[in-house]
Amino acid sequence: MLKQEFLDKLRADLVGLPKQELEERLAFYSEMIDDRIEDGLSEEDAVAGVGSVDEISAQIISDIPFAKIAKERIKPKRRMKAWEIVLLILGSPIWLSLAVAAFVVILSLYVVLWSLIVSVWAIFAALAASALGVAFAGIVFAIFDNALVGVAMIGAAIVCAGLAIFMFFGCHEATKGIILLTKKLALGVKKCFVRKEKAE
Amino acid sequence: MDIQLKRGILDVCLLAAIKDEDSYGYKIIKDMKPYTEMSESTLYTILKRLETAKMLTVRTAEHNGRLRKYYHITKAGLERIEEFKNEWREVMSIYQFITKEDSKNA
Repeated sequence: MLKQEFLDKLRADLVGLPKQELEERLAFYSEMIDDRIEDGLSEEDAVAGVGSVDEISAQIISDIPFAKIAKERIKPKRRMKAWEIVLLILGSPIWLSLAVAAFVVILSLYVVLWSLIVSVWAIFAALAASALGVAFAGIVFAIFDNALVGVAMIGAAIVCAGLAIFMFFGCHEATKGIILLTKKLALGVKKCFVRKEKAE
Repeated sequence: MDIQLKRGILDVCLLAAIKDEDSYGYKIIKDMKPYTEMSESTLYTILKRLETAKMLTVRTAEHNGRLRKYYHITKAGLERIEEFKNEWREVMSIYQFITKEDSKNA
């Protein structure tokens, strides 16, 4: 990839950033590439040395606080006309409630995801607790009452314990997965904001 | 390495790279390379952080018909390096405490 192509791609990925921030970052990478070329690298190698556009833009976007991106998006590109403001206010019962509804739907999907996680952890806790409880009861049974029932109970306790250990690893992985998903989701939302203007 | 620890060290590393003379982005990365690898995006973030903390100043100068940014260390930056050296002595004595048991066993 040549320098101009690299810078154009990076600009397209970051076009929603505040103007000054965007120019500063592009100038920085441009300088880095020029200095590499001056150091004796070919233009292609110099660009490759800086890294891939996707990686760079992902890191930049995750570095920038969401509030800053949102503010830049919301800031109108031109002054709104009076009738637009009137329409915006008159329409607010419709668009505002729709926006709130959309937000709540997304939020509830997320809550459902987490409650799934909570429920599998609950199953784990139940298995572990019953393993302990039944093992204790089994020992008591075996000593003071029917030995056969006692042994059967201890067996059941061991099965519960085994399942609990299985569940623990499953739960742990699932939780990690959700946290990772959350991070990716946050990056995705930010990316949408930063790139949106390209389509307009 | 622990991210927090590395971040603090890289800040001082960068200050050390511009301590003796003003330097520019690519040179800083090259000077640091034998000791630690740093990506451009990381460098940018650290430069911004140090500039905000007033530990360095930036000036733009012309070089071979294009613009290049030079970074200059401030008094606060120099102080940070000294502070780090003192902190590090403390860290080293803690390190000796941590590895005390190992040397006994060896």
